[in-house]
Amino acid sequence: MGRYILSRMAWLPVILLIVSFITFALGRFGPGDPVEVLMGQYADPEVVERIREQRGFNDNIFVQYGRYVKNITRGDFGESFKYRGRTVSELLRKKMWVSAQLNIAALFLSVSVGVPLGLFSALKQGTAWDTGTVAFTLLGQSIPVFLTAPLVLIIFALKLDILPTHGWGGLFDTRVILPALVMGVPGIAIITRLTRASTMEVISQDYIRTARAKGLSEMTVQRRHVLRNAMIPVVTMLGFSLAGIAFTSFIVERFFGIPGIGNLFIESIFARDFPIINAVIIIGTTMFVLANLIVDLIYPWLDPRIRLGGSYAA
Amino acid sequence: MLPEQAQQALETRQTTSPSYWAISIRRLLRKKIGVGCLTVIVIMYGSGIFAPLVTPYGYNDQDLSMAKQGPSVGHPFGTDRLGRDSLTRIIYGLRTTVIITVITLVTGSLALGITLGLLAGYFGKFVDTLIMRVGEVSSAFPEIFLVLIIISTMKAPMTRWARSVEDIVGFEIVSLGVVDYLVLALALAIFSWFGMARLVRGQVLQARENQYVEAARAIGASTPRILWRHLLPNVMGPVIVTVSAGLAGVAGSEVLLSFLGIGIQPPTPSLGLMIFENGSISVLRSDPHLLLFPVLTLSLLLFTFNLLGDAVNDAFNPRAR
Repeated sequence: MGRYILSRMAWLPVILLIVSFITFALGRFGPGDPVEVLMGQYADPEVVERIREQRGFNDNIFVQYGRYVKNITRGDFGESFKYRGRTVSELLRKKMWVSAQLNIAALFLSVSVGVPLGLFSALKQGTAWDTGTVAFTLLGQSIPVFLTAPLVLIIFALKLDILPTHGWGGLFDTRVILPALVMGVPGIAIITRLTRASTMEVISQDYIRTARAKGLSEMTVQRRHVLRNAMIPVVTMLGFSLAGIAFTSFIVERFFGIPGIGNLFIESIFARDFPIINAVIIIGTTMFVLANLIVDLIYPWLDPRIRLGGSYAA
Repeated sequence: MLPEQAQQALETRQTTSPSYWAISIRRLLRKKIGVGCLTVIVIMYGSGIFAPLVTPYGYNDQDLSMAKQGPSVGHPFGTDRLGRDSLTRIIYGLRTTVIITVITLVTGSLALGITLGLLAGYFGKFVDTLIMRVGEVSSAFPEIFLVLIIISTMKAPMTRWARSVEDIVGFEIVSLGVVDYLVLALALAIFSWFGMARLVRGQVLQARENQYVEAARAIGASTPRILWRHLLPNVMGPVIVTVSAGLAGVAGSEVLLSFLGIGIQPPTPSLGLMIFENGSISVLRSDPHLLLFPVLTLSLLLFTFNLLGDAVNDAFNPRAR
């Protein structure tokens, strides 16, 4: 177990080095000299040259990259080109927290609605409830956020006029409801569908019949035997859905005017603000890899038969 | 000499049984959902490809006296803030989607994915390790970040390169918007090959142990011939399923990138751009049709792609029969 975690963690720096080097090199070789971006069009060439020298842009790219990596290990992502005089860490910390809160709200919504709904639908298989749920999941999965965002805006803001539509006030503010709802719908649909499918597979297993035959209460059977085994594919999905959530938060943040990381990232790309771009990519990649590792660590807890790091031959 | 009946019986026996493809396609066409999806997609792709023929207006024809009108007989989907016909722009936007999905799937999934998967599965060992590790690394992080960066940094060099090609060929390339399409499709392709490669590799690992591969090798068939003529046809079923399941993803990515302002640039129409331009609460309040028609078109397209993916899976997947 410990060895497995170690070997997986050993991959993380490798991936990070590759990814950060690609973005770093693209930043240096791509169009738009960072210093010219920094100084504006009419800068004095002498000043530009001095700043280039000062910031070390004249060194060999590998030297520059080495220095960059060394600074990161000390938690220093450098200084933003666009917002002069402000460090990247300072800029990112606040915005990342906003995006993280929004994502947590959406994730919470999709799990807390999706799992019970899928379980319910599988246990009531063949009834109108089940059919309705399946239809909902099919729609929810295919309808893009581009449609749900305006629809939600029309219904709750324009027609009913009961919820605010713009801005951000933290996790316990009414302004979180609509964006979290929009981001949560695809998640609810996917999790419901997966839970329903895996529950249906699990309840036909012999050990469920055994559990019932032992005289366990229906509640215990469903909680300890059905749900626990049915959760494995759902947990896998959650790890991957992080990338999907990053995807949708770009859109949702624009529609609802939320000052999150998505907007900052796009802004930075247009401003060629590479310190910010690199930092976002490095942090995002780390979180994605760690999330998938955590998912792997949850498996043995759900199903003790799963051994990590062993051979795949069953 | 056999009796006539026996002769007939023998002849009917000898007719070949319907091939895997014939069975699969028949299964797909027997399903109402499958036929429905194919019809919708053919209509949408068809109108996209033949956009100049089916649209009554040009996508850039402005008529400020007709700006921001609601749906009418002359303009079924209304007009935008410059008086351009929305239906026309949506159809041209579909053309963008068609071009991007086709280029991405052909270069990324099909060309790169299948080739690398075949190589990894057939040769194994070093080749396999190399290809699979590269793929694992490339799928180990949320690729949308890198796609964004690659597009934004590669566009200028690609445009420069296209201009130099223009000088040689002698006609306009850049103004057609070709560079946007190429950069976008290639950036998406770089990250879309691995799923396909892994699938093909797995299939090849099974298929290469078959006796027909050994037989082909025994009669002296070359390695490329074995790969393309003997192995590939046997792994095409899952490939088709994966491609049809991936269509919605590619189309969605293009729309997202254009929505963020990084994909297709105006005035070339794209659904993502139209959604971005009109994606605000004030437009929804005054002219909701400007946002709703492109969004509904996109939703219909993605929904059909997903349904088709399921139907194709049912028809082509041997285990689903």
